[in-house]
Amino acid sequence: MKYDSIIIGGGISGLVCGISLLKAGQKVAIVSSGQSALHFNSGAFELFGRKDGKDISNPLEEVARVPEGHPYAKLGIDIIKKLLPQVKPLFAEAGITLVGSDTENHYRFTPIGMFKPAWLSMLDYATASSPDNLPWGKVAVVNITGFLDFYPDFIARGLNLAGLECETRDFTIPELDTLRKSSTEMRATNIARFITGEAIRHFAEEVNRIITETNADTVLMPAVVGLFDEEPVRLLREQVTRPLYYVSTMPMSLCGMRAQMRLRNHFQHLGGSYLIGDTVYSGDLDAGRLSSIHTVNLGDMALEADRFVLATGSFFSHGLEATPNKVFEPVFNLDVNVEGPRSGWCDMDLYNRQRYMGFGVITDDSFHVYKNGRRVDNMQAIGAVAGGHDAIKEESGGGVAILTAMKVASDIVNGLK
Amino acid sequence: MSQENKRHYDVIIIGGGATGAGTARDCAMRGLKTLLVERFDFTAGATGRNHGLLHSGARYAVTDSESASECIKENMILRRIARHCVDDTGGLFVTLPEDDLDYQHNFVKCCREAGIDAEPIDPQEAIRLEPAVNHEIIGAVKVPDGAIDPFRLTVANVVSARKDGADILTYHEVIAFERERDRIIGVKLRDNKNGEIITRYADLVINAGGIWGHHIAELAGVRINMFPAKGALLIFGHRINNVVINRCRKPADADILVPGDTISLIGTTSSRIPYDQIDNMDVTPEEVDVLMREGTKIAPALAYTRILRAYAGVRPLVAADHDPSGRSISRGIVCLDHAKRDGLEGFITITGGKLMTYRLMAEWATDLACKKLGKDAKCRTAEVPLPGSELEAHEGGTVMTHHKAHVIELSTDQKAAEERHGSLSSEISYKTLADEAVVCECEQVSVGELKYAIDSLHCENLINLRRRTRLGMGTCQGELCACRAAGILVKANKCAERTLRDLSSFINERWKGMYPVAWGESLVEGQFMSWLYEGVCGLDEIALPEDKIDAK
Repeated sequence: MKYDSIIIGGGISGLVCGISLLKAGQKVAIVSSGQSALHFNSGAFELFGRKDGKDISNPLEEVARVPEGHPYAKLGIDIIKKLLPQVKPLFAEAGITLVGSDTENHYRFTPIGMFKPAWLSMLDYATASSPDNLPWGKVAVVNITGFLDFYPDFIARGLNLAGLECETRDFTIPELDTLRKSSTEMRATNIARFITGEAIRHFAEEVNRIITETNADTVLMPAVVGLFDEEPVRLLREQVTRPLYYVSTMPMSLCGMRAQMRLRNHFQHLGGSYLIGDTVYSGDLDAGRLSSIHTVNLGDMALEADRFVLATGSFFSHGLEATPNKVFEPVFNLDVNVEGPRSGWCDMDLYNRQRYMGFGVITDDSFHVYKNGRRVDNMQAIGAVAGGHDAIKEESGGGVAILTAMKVASDIVNGLK
Repeated sequence: MSQENKRHYDVIIIGGGATGAGTARDCAMRGLKTLLVERFDFTAGATGRNHGLLHSGARYAVTDSESASECIKENMILRRIARHCVDDTGGLFVTLPEDDLDYQHNFVKCCREAGIDAEPIDPQEAIRLEPAVNHEIIGAVKVPDGAIDPFRLTVANVVSARKDGADILTYHEVIAFERERDRIIGVKLRDNKNGEIITRYADLVINAGGIWGHHIAELAGVRINMFPAKGALLIFGHRINNVVINRCRKPADADILVPGDTISLIGTTSSRIPYDQIDNMDVTPEEVDVLMREGTKIAPALAYTRILRAYAGVRPLVAADHDPSGRSISRGIVCLDHAKRDGLEGFITITGGKLMTYRLMAEWATDLACKKLGKDAKCRTAEVPLPGSELEAHEGGTVMTHHKAHVIELSTDQKAAEERHGSLSSEISYKTLADEAVVCECEQVSVGELKYAIDSLHCENLINLRRRTRLGMGTCQGELCACRAAGILVKANKCAERTLRDLSSFINERWKGMYPVAWGESLVEGQFMSWLYEGVCGLDEIALPEDKIDAK
């Protein structure tokens, strides 16, 4: 099978790249193991959220200041400024509404009631321009009885610290009784399956009852409604008498799953081939050029393409792997940016900077990868596997994934012209 | 002095390890008014940091026949009185091609002299019994080893002591002794949660502080030379072996592989450490390398099995000679009457020994206590089963649930709870459907079990809950269940601030054990942990609690 471009990795970076290529008229395939960091998403993407432990208010300013070797430095501020206006429309076409600004971070509210800077939040989430100035008045934090991945008491603490009055309540609706029978089924995505149609009305009735009881101005609830699209949340909000917002839950993240699914559907709708549940295990690499790759499911049948994109993520997604003695890129054994023995990879305190977060494959300024010191001319790396940034400490993972994907797609398209 | 401060006991026991808890049980059963004090949590010291091996005594047969015969006697007793803590796996002593087969002949002879049923078997038979063993073995001996859960064992002793009227104070540290001339009459205790100081009085104080007993003795003005020897172990992500595998040679590094619940444990190393390092139990890359190198010799599968975490404990041995490895020292029990030894009345120390002989140590200490207090009561701890082991909780695997009149099949988490708590699991309430919800999927811990532990098993924080229920001990190392459990804990303690700090420290503690083995799947989990708790949640912004030592 022959494609114009093949992307290895079907998470946010791979999908954004794939969609961009399809829109330029390419024939594209994505090979995905099925795992995506989006499944654990917070409901928001960050461009640049923190530096030296301090919140950043203008992310674009920081993006312009990153050191050499950082993916943002390789992109260059001019390209970034050109790409940024295209992000929201791209997601909107896939049915994902993103809210936020490139030059002013807002705050999102975390599952344990902390405020963290965010660049683009998905629709319906509780966000604020500043934790010191929350526009919510008195808050009712509601939860579904027996749902263990949402923490009203911790959220209440966060609201109290921000000077807001708040009450916590839990409730249930008859539609969830079936789900409750199994002790492990009360998870966000499972609950969402049952909150459709009539259940939305029952849900709204319960929330309205709590609003009356507590005299609340605003309701915060776990993100457990709207598995396939934003519509059920819109219906729910219509029927609830006060403003109602989502707070993200612990995984699985409903909105992250939804975003993953919508991007994938959009990619397929545009004519892309999404080969899910398959793993690339080798490639035919000769004289700095990759001609084809081999996957577990397709066996002897090679996948050929002019251009390849590596979007396999970090350790968590198995884009990188580690043994006691080395870190390596498992598909092609590409060159990686790791030096020194394992004693230097990690810090014993989880909350200190972990060096391994910046590990990735070595790339040139246009994200071309290297093998044994030789550049692979038709293969580029995007997102977490490209390394060179600390997605946790900088809060830059979403921005790097999306912008490198768009840039590499445009390189590929322009290269063909 | 307020009424509260005048509390007077027959005995105060210092130390919430197996020995202290066992001594509290024995004292309470013999009718002594008993108080057990522990500076942090039960099993926070060496009791919770060993192999969990129900020794047959065979390991000591050649080098220390006295310990060996004590071990086998206690082994047989524990199988009766603590059966819900014991997994009767059986054990093998295997000889590798690089080892001397002659050692085995002497080993078998010594075992038999100590009363240990050691049976040489054909290596092929051993491989059939335990397929995970190295297939190159040239000799094998079957012994009655097993696995024992030290967390359950200790808590069962505490529950027993409490039933017989003992008072229990966890997170209370002895900071000074109350004296009257040459007599100890009580202890000054600091509540490590809030800093409050209280005093408790007793006719006799028993020092069962393990390695920390050295310091406790110093506070009383007497000297015991403890020999701190650090031993590191690795926990593997699944149960590789079903039979304990020992290497048949003079005891050395990493020559015992023990199956325990859902995991396997290889250990240990042995290195002498200065006394001021006994609270610093970080495992070094060198220790990990030794454990892997030697461990894969007895079970090659270890080389490609995920390591969950590394940890270390300190052997509380009483210094006798200056053996640099600490291995040829006797594991023997040391029971000191400080009146005789140092002219200090009202104070005794029970130390040395090992997990296997905790009950015998308790018996010796209580015998001495009774003698000194003029109490004539016989020890019954070898006959009376521990709470949890009296009878099967739910015959035939059924239990009464909230479906009042219906007897239904036990769910997976209810079965797991019964494994953990024995007949005590009948005290777990499944009143509502919410109580049946599963918190920890790896170890099948339900909301009901957590509530039971919070209400009845002295649980104030997540680490306490982990030690009582195995919460967060499975393959995900607390990734998802820690936050869920925190959500349940906060309902009981009503303090979100404290619970979040606790969560922050719990997650960091899980990482500290993963960090020495942070490659492969452990690094994957570690990255997920950072991503979720720091990235998504912002837990790094929460200050850690003060008592960091217990968080290790």
